[in-house]
Amino acid sequence: MDDRFFVHREEYPITAGDFSAAGDASARIKYVLRKLGIDSALVRRAAIAAYESEINMVIHSAGGTLTLTVDRDTIRLLARDRGPGIPDIDLAMQEGYSTATEAIRELGFGAGMGLPNMRRCSDRFTIRSSPGGTVIDMEFTIGKESG
Amino acid sequence: MKLSQLLDRDGFTLMNAVGDRDVTGGICGDLLSWVMARGKRGMAWVTVQTHMNVVAVASLHEFSCVILADGCVMDEEALRKAETEGVAIVSAAHPAYAICGILHDMGV
Repeated sequence: MDDRFFVHREEYPITAGDFSAAGDASARIKYVLRKLGIDSALVRRAAIAAYESEINMVIHSAGGTLTLTVDRDTIRLLARDRGPGIPDIDLAMQEGYSTATEAIRELGFGAGMGLPNMRRCSDRFTIRSSPGGTVIDMEFTIGKESG
Repeated sequence: MKLSQLLDRDGFTLMNAVGDRDVTGGICGDLLSWVMARGKRGMAWVTVQTHMNVVAVASLHEFSCVILADGCVMDEEALRKAETEGVAIVSAAHPAYAICGILHDMGV
């Protein structure tokens, strides 16, 4: 990283049910992180986590926002939706568990890998949920990758 | 293996205008999150899924190409998006199993 910036922040609205736009925010995030000169392996990791959170909001939520913040040491992705919340987070974090409908599964989603993928890709992962909404906070340490 | 070497074989048709590239691995599957979890840069992804989100997954992973099995085709909008993102879309007249065999025989 060089000294050209201190903090970069962007927020992307995510619309419930809009599969055609799903991936746009992640593509933009990937583009921005590359422009900021961040290691390509880390960019891919963050973009994958962003995509999973985007898709989760499209499929399961009433819509929300994905916020990217980048400072000198850390990339942060904050996914906030407007509900209806995840009743059992431990269950939702298990690989293979999904509440997606048959129609969603036919599109190739609903493998129950979204949340586990987000946790695996990020260096710090926290999730909290209530009927009013789910908040997923992911951080990625810049400079950890060896190349 | 170069993508162009695969396109020289019978039954593989490039569906959009993208440059040649190295194919450095392969993955086969129709569950997007599954592929998302296991994909690596440069892979050829063999699938029968053809919608827009396939392009998003392939682009984020920087896959070398998406190979649509059994003659599946992608609609124009998705093909255009793939072209913009630099994702090669190949339609193959072979089943997924055979495609993977061909890729393996070619050293992928």
